[in-house]
Amino acid sequence: MTLVESMRAIAPALLVAAILVACGGPAQAQDAVVHITVKNHRFEPSAPHAPANRPITIRVRNLDSTAMEFESVSLRVEKVVAPNSEGVINVRALSPGRYGFFDDFHQETRGTLVVQ
Amino acid sequence: MLAALLIVFREVFEAGLIVGIVMAVTGGIAHRGWWIGGGAATGVLGACLAALFAASLSAAFEGFGQELFNAAILLVAVAMLTWHNVWMARHGRDLAAEMRAAGRAVQAGAKSLAGLAVVVAIAVLREGFEVVLFLYGVAAASEPGSGLAILAGGVAGLALGVATCVLTYLGLLTIPSRHLFAVTTVMLAFLAAGMAAQAVAFLEAANALTALGAILWDSSWLLSDRSLLGRALHTLIGYSDQPTALQFLVYLATLAVTFALLKLFATEPVAQSAAS
Repeated sequence: MTLVESMRAIAPALLVAAILVACGGPAQAQDAVVHITVKNHRFEPSAPHAPANRPITIRVRNLDSTAMEFESVSLRVEKVVAPNSEGVINVRALSPGRYGFFDDFHQETRGTLVVQ
Repeated sequence: MLAALLIVFREVFEAGLIVGIVMAVTGGIAHRGWWIGGGAATGVLGACLAALFAASLSAAFEGFGQELFNAAILLVAVAMLTWHNVWMARHGRDLAAEMRAAGRAVQAGAKSLAGLAVVVAIAVLREGFEVVLFLYGVAAASEPGSGLAILAGGVAGLALGVATCVLTYLGLLTIPSRHLFAVTTVMLAFLAAGMAAQAVAFLEAANALTALGAILWDSSWLLSDRSLLGRALHTLIGYSDQPTALQFLVYLATLAVTFALLKLFATEPVAQSAAS
């Protein structure tokens, strides 16, 4: 009884989520893409460049054997990237400037996104 | 060690708040310990599973599996909280009466507890996911000496999170019991609204929602939602220092729907219990 009721309550939420997933497209083609690699807990490049006033897609490749969390307060990003895999992050259009980022799990690992 | 403590505490803090509120909400209902404990255990298990499959989870849906998964379970939690609130509005008075007549309390309590156990499981799963990955990484990678110190920091952070839960619970218990129901109903409604807005934020991050994406205001200079107080308010009432129009709209809509449902259902049981 309880389970059935629970399922009834869950169903609309799952439906909504499914519809949203179905409607959502991939990142827009005009997005600028920034590739960052993490190896031995170092960002490479540590100061990547990106164009201003355009949405940016950041692709973080984690080559280490442990998970990392790509985080940036100014970019409003928090994303866990599993070992030996890639994380994709959407960032809205930015005004020119320097935006710091770091690995929340290894806080000495830092870098800066240079937007110009 | 301090860094590890802060990382772990920051994650378990939010789950601690939610579990503390649920404990206060369910105070006096038979077997609630089993339901809440079971929910938390399920959440820990789910966090371990999610961490184990983190790579495939992230790779799903063109790299936005994490975001969509978070959004989906948050929406489930919103549904559960709303359902619980409405259920309590309908049966709360009966329930209180039944608890006095101890026999039927088990049956009646179980219904309302099932939904909240799911909420606890989801809260623990979401916050536990990062803790598991972080601590596993530390255990697997670091040299013997420093690894132990970091693990100790992690355990201390966990303990602080549990303390948050206990303090939230004890704090809510200081509210006179005749007001407690009204207070927790409002708290659960705001909790649900905040989660709904957060689900929207995840869907926006995954580009699944792009409409009404303009940022309404920036109050990060006043209170950053990364600070401890900001995070507490983020969990409790859904505070965000840079919400999009859609997040704000969904937040208001969730509140409106919840209170409308409460108004719709709250009046009935009085007549019912008076008649029976």
